Amino acid sequence: MATLEQILQEHPFFVDAPAELVRLVAGCARNHIFHAGEYLFHEGEPANEFFLIRQGKVALEIDAPGHAPIVFETSGVGDFVGASWLIPPYRWVFDARAVELTRATGIDAACLRGKCEADHDLGYEMMKRFLPVLVRRLHATRLQVLDVYGRH
Amino acid sequence: MSMAGTDIAELRPADPFVPQIYRVDRVSRELADTVTLDLTPLSGSRPPFAPGQFNMLYAFGIGEVAISMSGDRAHDAFVHTVRDVGAVSGAIAKLAPGAVIGLRGPFGTGWPVKEAEGSDIVIIAGGLGLAPLRPAIYEILANRGRYGRVVILFGSRNPTEMLYRHELEEWRQRLDIDIEVTVDHADADWRGNVGVVPALIPRAAFDPHEAVALICGPEVMMRFTVNALRDIGLTPESIFLSMERNMKCAIGLCGHCQFGSTFVCKDGPVMRFDRIAGIFTVREI
Repeated sequence: MATLEQILQEHPFFVDAPAELVRLVAGCARNHIFHAGEYLFHEGEPANEFFLIRQGKVALEIDAPGHAPIVFETSGVGDFVGASWLIPPYRWVFDARAVELTRATGIDAACLRGKCEADHDLGYEMMKRFLPVLVRRLHATRLQVLDVYGRH
Repeated sequence: MSMAGTDIAELRPADPFVPQIYRVDRVSRELADTVTLDLTPLSGSRPPFAPGQFNMLYAFGIGEVAISMSGDRAHDAFVHTVRDVGAVSGAIAKLAPGAVIGLRGPFGTGWPVKEAEGSDIVIIAGGLGLAPLRPAIYEILANRGRYGRVVILFGSRNPTEMLYRHELEEWRQRLDIDIEVTVDHADADWRGNVGVVPALIPRAAFDPHEAVALICGPEVMMRFTVNALRDIGLTPESIFLSMERNMKCAIGLCGHCQFGSTFVCKDGPVMRFDRIAGIFTVREI
């Protein structure tokens, strides 16, 4: 059976990561299985953990009163889900739902923040891994809101 | 018949400004504002065309509009998918079977389906951009053994506004191509991807160093898509785009579709990215 360190090392988020970094993060990790329709987290809840998806698909959605929830993004194998744990007040601003059976490694947010605070080299390595993904998502969101396929 | 009359009769079909008369054989409703028309000439057979080329369709008394081929080259008719976005396209989209329409063409350049043999193929379409790519898809699937991996990535506004959905589902049944579809937003019943089409690229199964990319969609989407392809290692020479500009004469004379030093109607609509990279993001070109 693969250890958490091995599982993390194989995740694209940790590609080329030093073994020591993976070992430190693995100390904050645990495995999850979410069945289709199960929620990873809900809007307003404390953002205590983020998730590295190893199998399956997760929909990020906004619940609009009087309407069906609107899905604005899906994340799949190799992605991470959740960024609100990075910035105060550490609360989720969307819902995250497993679209299909999803296996993910959850990273305890307070644990990782504490380790990054104590070890700025670790913090910088993590920042270098998160930031490009967050910037790509920002760019994608900008494209999405342009509604380029609509009638103009 | 006089000699002069014979000359005129012989010249007329070759005159690129004179529309030929075509009959609407079939109308298929694709989306609320989009139809597909099968057009056959009133006399003779339709001219040959290359996937990626376009025709000028003339709604009598209203005007002309450039519309890409969207049908199979093996099909007897010209097939055009038309979205009602203005007076001319609106009039064409309202035509019923049996109606007649003027047609000039085919014009322009085609997708490099022959040149790409031996390569992986990644076809990336957004919205109605799937229509100009469909003839290339037919061609590639009909000669599947000549290509490496074939990947189709398609982005749509939402699941209910997905062009050729039935056909996408059919293609998806095949074991020899990969198809990923994404929508900008959806409700919870949608089990597919939500997000923009460039986000599908890093996960797609093709060799970026051995691939040829064919892209068609709104220009903003194509810009993001080119960046995503370049990020994973595709060269500018292996990326082809179908450009859209205001085509009028369709033979590079009037200048309405000028794009830098090129004319989209004559040097395009399919253009290799390295040939337009310098002006692709320049405003007002």
